[in-house]
Amino acid sequence: MEIADLIIKLVLVVVIFAISLVVAMYSTYAERKVAAFLQDRVGPNRAGPFGILQPMADGAKMFMKEEIIPTRASGFLFIVGPSLAIMTACIGSAVIPWGPQMEVAGRVIDLQVTDINVGILYIFGVVSLGVYGIMIGGWASNNKYSLLGAIRAASQNISYEISMGLSIIALLMLTGTLSLKEIAEQQHGWHWNVLTQPLGFLIFMVCAFAETNRSPFDLPECETELVGGYHTEYSSMKLGFYLFAEYINMFVSSAVMATLYWGGYNYPGMDWVAAHAGPTIAPIIGVVVLFAKIFAFIFFFMWVRWTIPRFRYDQLMHLGWKTLIPLAIANIVLTGIISTLIDKFA
Amino acid sequence: MSVFYFIAFLSILFSLLVIFAKNPVHSVLYLIITFFTFTIHYIILNAQFLAVVNFIVYMGAILVLFLFVLMMLNLNKDAEPTKSIYVKLAGIIGGGVLLVTLVGAIKLTAKSNPVVLQDVNLGSVQNLGRVLFNEFLLPFEVSSILLLSAMVGAVLLATKEGKPKATTV
Repeated sequence: MEIADLIIKLVLVVVIFAISLVVAMYSTYAERKVAAFLQDRVGPNRAGPFGILQPMADGAKMFMKEEIIPTRASGFLFIVGPSLAIMTACIGSAVIPWGPQMEVAGRVIDLQVTDINVGILYIFGVVSLGVYGIMIGGWASNNKYSLLGAIRAASQNISYEISMGLSIIALLMLTGTLSLKEIAEQQHGWHWNVLTQPLGFLIFMVCAFAETNRSPFDLPECETELVGGYHTEYSSMKLGFYLFAEYINMFVSSAVMATLYWGGYNYPGMDWVAAHAGPTIAPIIGVVVLFAKIFAFIFFFMWVRWTIPRFRYDQLMHLGWKTLIPLAIANIVLTGIISTLIDKFA
Repeated sequence: MSVFYFIAFLSILFSLLVIFAKNPVHSVLYLIITFFTFTIHYIILNAQFLAVVNFIVYMGAILVLFLFVLMMLNLNKDAEPTKSIYVKLAGIIGGGVLLVTLVGAIKLTAKSNPVVLQDVNLGSVQNLGRVLFNEFLLPFEVSSILLLSAMVGAVLLATKEGKPKATTV
């Protein structure tokens, strides 16, 4: 029994890891296709049908490129930077519930690697750790543009973490739990948290854009001002790791947003499906629904990237400190008042 | 128990490296690892909430700021001011006296009985919240006022020199 559980968890970890990598890989392809679609172009179409093998070609190119470590760079930290970036990107998915409990051959399987009772805080911790990869890499490059990019990334992440935390507090006041599994279960059917926390979701989403360094918050790699930002000096697969980490972060933060606010694996009419499809098939449909939501969010990330121009640095700080934080605090107060009133009178 | 000794060894090793590292940025990076080992200590003690908060606040925020400042300063050996021989001597004597005091204090302590955890869920969020908002409500609120006053003080210091210049937006 012990060993069987362990093997199941191990398989789950490997599967989730593989899925995140594949999704990240095809996000690069999707990004270029979406950009092409929005700009009325064709996009990559040479490698395979519809350019479907383009990510493989890109990956092979990354591996083949010459690996350059600048002479004045601090060698060990130069390698630690991208490694840390991709590691922190990957470990965030450990607490996300990918589906309801599944029954296979008489055994009940949780489609979640681990259900720690501080799940949200774990995600929050991983997010705050993510900045180290960028900072260490930027500093170790011994290049002023890299350093400026790293410093921008750090100040941006710290600023937006605050409003992200405040927006989560309002959500926690309603759910009363920090466990992502319980939060997902509470949103059974159509009781999605976004219906009660629309403002909180908006703040969380803006912060997620900022935390993943996606446009319009991609100032750390603003090429008109900073060459390539924190990865100016990087080449080969180390650069690949940085770019890949961004896409994995996008995937994980989409999954977190879908789980916290958009019902996770829940969908209207899921009880009917569960009654008809049986305890093995129905959870799989739930997983498919979750992935549909995740892909919708990833598309939204790309859509915004090719629609809204990059912020200026003072605008970024203004939005973070003077707009989002007061809004998030107002959201907490409003949530408190309304939920107390509902408790009293309803 | 062996896990505890291993992690404790790592904590001490990395805190020593914080002191002995030549480069201040390396020093901060070792400090980050030291705080990470503290997080593991909290998990071993069954205090998940404290562990995660330590992780977020110390590793994720405060040390990022440390690193931030040190990267901006770009300290290195050449920039370090050389201290006179008397200051060094005073430092050695002061450190030696502190060592003697610490050794004396440790010699006086008796080995206490091992504490057995009464409640497994002692460190969970629910328990901590209940205790903080019932038993320790006053200290909790007072410490929040302390933090607020520190924040106001920081803002005051930052805007000390006359009115802040009009920013071009």
